[in-house]
Amino acid sequence: MQNNDYPIPLPNDAKLEATKQFNVVAHDLPKVDGEGLVLGRPAYTDDLVPPNALYVKLVRSPHAFARILSIDPTDALALPGVACVLTWKDIPRIPITRAGQGNPEPSPHDRFILDEYVRYVGDEVAVVAAETEALAEKAAGLVKVEYQKLKPVLDFEHALDNPIVIHPEPGIHEMFPIGFEPKRNIAAAYHMEIGDVEQELAASPVKVETTVHTQAQQHVALEPHTAFSYIDLQGRLVIVTSTQNPWHTRRLLGLAFQMPLRQIRIVKPRIGGGFGGKQHIHVEPYVAMVTMKTGRPASLALTRREVFEATFTRHEMRVKVRLGANPDGKLRAIDMQVLSNTGAYGEHALTTFMVAGSKTLPLYNKVSAVRFGGHVVYTNKVSAGAFRGYGAIQGLTGLEAAMDELAHKLSIDPVELRRKNMLHEGETSEVFRIMGEGTEGVAMNIESCKLEECIARGKELIGWDFTQLVHEVAPGVLRAKGMAIAMQGSGIPLIDMGSARIELQDGGFFKLHVGATDLGTGSDTILAQIAAEELGVDMEDIVVHSSDTDHTPFDVGAYASSTTYVSGSAVLKAARSLKTKLIEAVAEKFGVAPKDIVYTQKTFMTADGTKSLSLNDFSYDTLYHDGEKMKTIEATESFSGSKSPPPYLAAFVEIEIDTETGKVNVVHYVAVVDVGTPINPNLAKVQIEGGLLQGIGLALYEDVRYSEAGHMLSHNMMTYPIPSREDVGRITVELVDSYEPSGPFGAKSAGEIGIDTPPAAIANAIRNATGVRLTEYPFTPERVLAALKAAKTQHT
Amino acid sequence: MNITLRINGKQESIECLPGEMLTEVLRRAGHFEVKKGCDTGNCGACTVLVDGKPVLSCSYLAVRAEGKEITTIQGLADEAKKFAAFLTAEGADQCGFCAPGFALTVLAMKEEFSSIPDEAQIRHYLAGNLCRCSGYEGQIRAIKKYLEAQHAE
Ligand code: FES
Ligand code: FES
Repeated sequence: MQNNDYPIPLPNDAKLEATKQFNVVAHDLPKVDGEGLVLGRPAYTDDLVPPNALYVKLVRSPHAFARILSIDPTDALALPGVACVLTWKDIPRIPITRAGQGNPEPSPHDRFILDEYVRYVGDEVAVVAAETEALAEKAAGLVKVEYQKLKPVLDFEHALDNPIVIHPEPGIHEMFPIGFEPKRNIAAAYHMEIGDVEQELAASPVKVETTVHTQAQQHVALEPHTAFSYIDLQGRLVIVTSTQNPWHTRRLLGLAFQMPLRQIRIVKPRIGGGFGGKQHIHVEPYVAMVTMKTGRPASLALTRREVFEATFTRHEMRVKVRLGANPDGKLRAIDMQVLSNTGAYGEHALTTFMVAGSKTLPLYNKVSAVRFGGHVVYTNKVSAGAFRGYGAIQGLTGLEAAMDELAHKLSIDPVELRRKNMLHEGETSEVFRIMGEGTEGVAMNIESCKLEECIARGKELIGWDFTQLVHEVAPGVLRAKGMAIAMQGSGIPLIDMGSARIELQDGGFFKLHVGATDLGTGSDTILAQIAAEELGVDMEDIVVHSSDTDHTPFDVGAYASSTTYVSGSAVLKAARSLKTKLIEAVAEKFGVAPKDIVYTQKTFMTADGTKSLSLNDFSYDTLYHDGEKMKTIEATESFSGSKSPPPYLAAFVEIEIDTETGKVNVVHYVAVVDVGTPINPNLAKVQIEGGLLQGIGLALYEDVRYSEAGHMLSHNMMTYPIPSREDVGRITVELVDSYEPSGPFGAKSAGEIGIDTPPAAIANAIRNATGVRLTEYPFTPERVLAALKAAKTQHT
Repeated sequence: MNITLRINGKQESIECLPGEMLTEVLRRAGHFEVKKGCDTGNCGACTVLVDGKPVLSCSYLAVRAEGKEITTIQGLADEAKKFAAFLTAEGADQCGFCAPGFALTVLAMKEEFSSIPDEAQIRHYLAGNLCRCSGYEGQIRAIKKYLEAQHAE
């Protein structure tokens, strides 16, 4: 991996060498649930619905903004087999947020489970339950709703201080200051400045300014949002749901229904993909209402159209970046101003917006002044929420466009411009301390950063030659290269917390209980790997059970790239503490000091070799044979990070652009990534590949389109195509050697970083090909063509 | 009304409503391996074999299946396990929601081609089986290795 251009000191960390000795961690082990899922065994929420459950359907708003004047359920209720029709009058009027976030949530409480107002097409109006799905659907169609239509605000550029106020209602509030000003259509706002940006820009001999507009994007997890509920033997409400955050779901439902949390249990079975889309409550309240009303189990699986129209999207953002630099390319100032569209409700409004700065600006940490600010505004479109990349992709798209523009202006290699200015191991950025997610940040020294290595290897893989970034392959058809770099985080420091409990079982195996939520990423597998490594056993000796608020210890859930780092650290701590307890128990049995016990190959031995006992035999002794000394040996530990070590990625793309048709194809996408120690390299790589493809989709064609009245036009997989197997050329992902001292066995995160670079790298490649900077995403052939034409007329 | 068909080699008579699609009927009969990812015939999660040919059961009227032989991934469990071993070895299975339909299409492809298809043919044959998690690269690696191993057998 060494390249002569790069005099990189060898990783001096002996720990990195030690990773080569791992037995379970850093191995490509198959996922624990892999075969079962391929065979289609019942595993997801909709496979597990009790046979006598009622089917739930939701009546949704046909208007972008309206007041409900009346709801008449008579005809629906007259149908035999219809159990109930519930409306906003059937629940307490409690403002909540649907964002699955810590407590107190940084999202405004601006939403009611059901409300008298509807604020986008698809907003929930009434809940209908019936014996069959067909009947529920028919009944939903018979509910008569009278609306007073209101004029909507659809364009986020005109939302701020618009005379139409989307949230005029009383009672809604922020949990702590987030800049919430509903009278101005502002869900959240933020501003920070380090140094004096205007002064530094004025003093900079070279300046560039770039504005990009990134669109809303749909998650399109293949499993639609699904939940069912029932009352258990003890009269408690049980909800089985495809959620990324069981505990937040329990807490928010308790608030919405004014129910003690002890009355609620949330269970997450397998999830068919999340990407942030299931970090919210979308279906749970409605099945719960029906179960509480009727006493019957109730189930709701959204149709794909409902997932499109009425769950969440990515925040649309306008990102303006100004850079000031010296003629040699040394950056002096960065100014990033953002306008973000949160849609009808403010879920994740502040945090996605802040991440646009907090997870991008530290990349270029040598500036004298940096500023970030702007607003998150309401519109009458479907809400935006959490989505992999979570603001970082939007901010980075602006920042990396500006960096390339600066390179063009200075006629220097964009790679060298970045190397000159970027963050390195052992350094820090003031931004870490100042900007967190919704709150202040946490100061952090970067202990692992192999961006130099990522860049060097990426250049090799793509064949980067600054003097040859574009060539013509056929008349009007150009091949060109572009690049971008990225960082993310690993959990939210001092806010995210995960726990694990490990218990020795007879037979010498271990039960691992984690609150962490495997949404298909393989976290059950990698957490078992971490436990097995530390306990010196095989993967098979660890049985994992996850995400059940009754049966597993607390975890905030799977988001913010937290699971490996936060939940993984909890597992490692629990395994360590369990190992100590095991050794102490055996030492007592042998009548020696714990330090005189050697534990290897699942066997305990005295240091002098006179006594030995297998883990298996010990498990029977402690549970069946040892009389009054018998005990369960278990350990529970928690972890909350005091930092959020970023993974890093260097991306290089080769595109082909047909200047006659405007069609852009990705020929080869190279991503070289520093995730620290990959606990399971294959799973990490595949996850990054998946992120890249979502990012490519965002760059080239995924788009949430509306009619003028605010109806979503792209409401199925035909009108909103996601990338297929034939849509991209090659994707190459490589992981560089790296070790994060604060992470479990040196690991950082891998969940989000993959998605961040494609919009920027592809735009930079198109710029290199054509000289035209595209700023309106996605880059459909029509847009590309129009931009090329506009540039031509400007020049002539 | 009832329809009579063979599911994974077993003769069954199951209820279906007028206009109902095969996915619903199969799931109601307990065949949860048939997944529903979209409602528009775009994702491939609902793939089953009708008389040996891959079909999107969400766009296939249940009544059309009268007298037909339906195979789900459970009907080819032994072969599916072999493929699953290659898929999981590559780490190319993430949420797994696409997997039963996708694996079934792979097995159908293997039957249809007399020799090992090349990458472009594989991508084309499986283009209707979408996966939002994996980025496809790992799946392609797994398919190639599986086909080569099968060919060598
Ligand atoms: S569910 Fe049949 S193709 Fe998507
Ligand atoms: S693994 Fe999730 S859709 Fe394919």
